[in-house]
Amino acid sequence: MKRITLLVGHYGSGKTEFAMNLTMDLKKKYDKVSILDMDIANPYFRSRERQKFLEDNGVTMHHNTFGFDIAEDLPAISATLRAPLENKEFMTVVDVGGNDSGARVLNQFKKYFIDDDSQMLCVLNGNRFETDTVEGCERHILEIHAETGIPMKGIINNTHMLRETTVDDIVKGYKLCKQVSEKLEIPLIWNTCHIDLLDELESVKAKEGYDDMEIYPIQLYMRPTWLDKKI
Amino acid sequence: MAEKKLMKGNEAFATAAINAGCRFYFGYPITPQNEVPEFMSRELPKCGGAFIQAESELAAVNMAYGAASSGGKVLITSSSPGIALMQEGFSFFASTQTPVVAINVSRGGPGVGSIQPGQADYEQVTRGGGNGDYHTIVFAPASVQEAVDMIGKAFEVAEEYRNPVIICADGILGQMMEPVVIPPAIPPVPEEDLPKIRPWAITGHKNKREKNSHNSVWLQQEKLEDYINSYWPKYDKAERELADWESTDLDGAEVVFVAYGSTARVALEAAEILKKEGIKAGLIRLKTLWPFPKEAFKEIGPSTKHVVCTELSMGQMMKDVECALQGKLPVSLVNRVGGMLLDPIDAAERTKKILEVK
Repeated sequence: MKRITLLVGHYGSGKTEFAMNLTMDLKKKYDKVSILDMDIANPYFRSRERQKFLEDNGVTMHHNTFGFDIAEDLPAISATLRAPLENKEFMTVVDVGGNDSGARVLNQFKKYFIDDDSQMLCVLNGNRFETDTVEGCERHILEIHAETGIPMKGIINNTHMLRETTVDDIVKGYKLCKQVSEKLEIPLIWNTCHIDLLDELESVKAKEGYDDMEIYPIQLYMRPTWLDKKI
Repeated sequence: MAEKKLMKGNEAFATAAINAGCRFYFGYPITPQNEVPEFMSRELPKCGGAFIQAESELAAVNMAYGAASSGGKVLITSSSPGIALMQEGFSFFASTQTPVVAINVSRGGPGVGSIQPGQADYEQVTRGGGNGDYHTIVFAPASVQEAVDMIGKAFEVAEEYRNPVIICADGILGQMMEPVVIPPAIPPVPEEDLPKIRPWAITGHKNKREKNSHNSVWLQQEKLEDYINSYWPKYDKAERELADWESTDLDGAEVVFVAYGSTARVALEAAEILKKEGIKAGLIRLKTLWPFPKEAFKEIGPSTKHVVCTELSMGQMMKDVECALQGKLPVSLVNRVGGMLLDPIDAAERTKKILEVK
C-alpha cells in the first residue's frame, strides 16, 4: 500500500464514501493515519462532516475551512494539510473534489503526488450518466490527467445505486471497468461491495469465474439512514 | 419503464425541465444550486435552447419575464437570498399572468445566511415577497424523484393557470444523489404554432390580429380592480384542485408529525423510533405549500393528542398548521435553523418531552 492515496472521480462516484472506508481500514493496520478533504467544488456531503467520528477513531483530519465559517464557500485550502504529506510516518488518504475541476486543487501540492510513495486512483460508478460507457470513463480519466499531470495508477469499480445497489450493478461496473482498464492500460484494483452483499457477490464471482475480481468490502459512513426513507 | 440513473438532485432538476420542454434558462450562481446553471449552460444549446448567465438575479428574472411573455417555456433557479432578489419579478409575472417555473434550492437565512439546507423561505415562497394581490403556487418535493415529477407538472400548471410556480426544494434535495427515472422528453412547441397554443404571447401580430401587450401599469384604479377580480377565481380553483398531501399511519396515532421536503424523511424515521418505544406516530407530509392542504388535517382521528411540526425554520409552516387545526389540538415545534439539520433521534426525544413521556 502506497503512503499517499489520492481518490479522484466524477462527483457522485462515491469517492468520499470510499475514502472513509479506506481511511478506517488503514487505521486498523497503521498507527498514524490522516485524511485530507480537498473537496472545494461541493459544499455538501464532504468527509469533513464526519470529522468528529474520524478523530474519535484516532484519524487526523485536515480540510479547508480554517475554522472560519466565512471560508466555507471559498475555493481555498488550509496550509495545515501539508503536515501529513511532509511527515512520512503518516498513511494519508486524499479525498478530492469531483471531475477535472475538482482535481485542479491537486496542482499546488503536486510535488507530493508524483513520488513513488503516492498513487492516484480513479473511482468509477457505471450508474452515473457521464461514466456509464467506456468512452465516458476514458474521457473522464484523461480530463483529470490533463488537469493535474499526475499519472492514474489504478481504477476502483464503485458502481452502485446507493441502498438499491444489487450484485448486478457491481458486475456491470466490473465489466465496464475491465474494458476501461485494458484500453488505457491502468489496472482495475478493487471492486467495492457493501458488506450486506458480500456473500452474494462471492458466489456470483465463483460461479461466473471472475477470478481477477478483487472485492473491497465497504459500509456506509456518510449516508444517514433517513435520507433513504421511502417517500 | 425507463432506466433508473443515479443523479444529483440539481442535475435531475435541470434534465427534467429540459424534458418538460423548457428551452430558456436564465440564472446567476449561488450555492447550493450551481449545478443547475452549469448543466443548463452545457445542455440547453444542444437542444436549440438559450442559456444566459445574467449579471444578477434581478436581471435573470427580467430575462425570464421577456422570454415567457414571448411564449417561451422558462425555468429560473436560485437559492434563498437569490429568490428574495427576484421577488419583484414574481409580482410582475403574476400581474401579467406570465407562466414561469422557478426552483428555490433553499439554504439557511436570513440575509446571506449559510450555504447549508434551510426551510426558512416558507413565508417568502407562500406569501410572496412581491407586492400586490397574487399567489405563487408552491410544490414541495421530498425526494429527487418527486422533484423531477413535480417539475413536469409545474410547467403544466404554470401554463394552465398562467401564473408563476415555485418548486420549493432544499439544499439536501439539490445536492443529494438518488436513483431516479427521468420522464420522457416532450418536444417543445414549434414557433409557428405558438400563437395558436399561447394566444396571449407576444409573438408579432404581423397585421393579422390585434396586438398583444403585457402591462402591469394601471393608472386607472377602477380598471385595475376589475382586472384583479377577473383573474382571482383561478386562485379559488387552485385551492380546490391543487392542494396536495400524503398521510402516513394516522390511524390510532397519538402524535402526528407535519413536515415537508427532506425534513419529512427525518420525521418518518423519528416516527419509527417512537413506534419502537410504543408511541404511535403518524405523518402528514405537505406536497403543496400554497395552496395549503387544509383538508389533510380533517384526517386526524380522535386518538391524536398532539401535532408536532418538524421544520428547518422558527415555525413558519406551523402558523398555517395552527390555522388549519383551528385550535382543536395543541401544536408544537421541533426544529433546527440556520442551516442545521434535524436528527431523527433528537426529534423523537424532543417529541417525547412534548408528550411528557419519561
